[in-house]
Amino acid sequence: MSSKTPADPRPLSPFMLGQYYRFQWTSLLSFAHRITGIGLTAGALLVVGWLTAMAGGPKIYAMVGPHITAWYGQILLFCWTWALMYHLGNGVRHLFWDVGMGFDLKTAERSGYAVVLVSLVLTVAAWAVARLA
Amino acid sequence: MSNDLRSPLSRARGLGSAKDGVHHFWVQRVSALALVPLSLWFVFSIAKLATGNTSYAALAYWISAPSVAVTLVLFLAATLYHSMLGVQVVIEDYVAAPASKLTVLMLNKFVHAIAAAAGIFAVLKIALA
Repeated sequence: MSSKTPADPRPLSPFMLGQYYRFQWTSLLSFAHRITGIGLTAGALLVVGWLTAMAGGPKIYAMVGPHITAWYGQILLFCWTWALMYHLGNGVRHLFWDVGMGFDLKTAERSGYAVVLVSLVLTVAAWAVARLA
Repeated sequence: MSNDLRSPLSRARGLGSAKDGVHHFWVQRVSALALVPLSLWFVFSIAKLATGNTSYAALAYWISAPSVAVTLVLFLAATLYHSMLGVQVVIEDYVAAPASKLTVLMLNKFVHAIAAAAGIFAVLKIALA
């Protein structure tokens, strides 16, 4: 068990995908929760960078501001908005599970579809406010 | 006679082998709950800001409102705390070697603590300027 080179190299979790593991909608959403979580950590650090640049005064902020309004900044912001809305919605789904609600397969699959739909609606809503209001 | 190898005291304390019981699990959920309104507020406030004047002066003026500054500080604290807890779980899941696990776990705490201090200080500096 503690040996560094196991005599029988068995497939580990990520390698189970495709070959042995049947695709499930719910597990895809589970990966997405973790991936968006990691992405949002990077995003939180960017928010801190944004505020720090602002605290540094207009001259330092002038080095950051144009990147936000540039096309790549806007694409990043759009994906970031969706990642946050998805992680938020799926997080609420997790909170329901934590109190023992919605655990059966049918409900878990349906709440998964609902979370993706809600995340898209909230993302579009936020951008509609930003662009149309 | 019980087959349980845990002492009655250990069971009563309920702290398990990691010595902190359900603390991580619980604070992850409490910070998640706090972040539901806080992150919706943040996203829609930024979206609303984007429709108007996005000059440096306008952004600084927005942050200088006491309600905005206080909510931003709460948002930063809850976000970075929740993020630290989440990244910790990912490290515990994927970093196997004990020495590198300990190093990366400490690095995670330091990076988040520095980010929280810097972010909150920045908000206060802008708000109180």
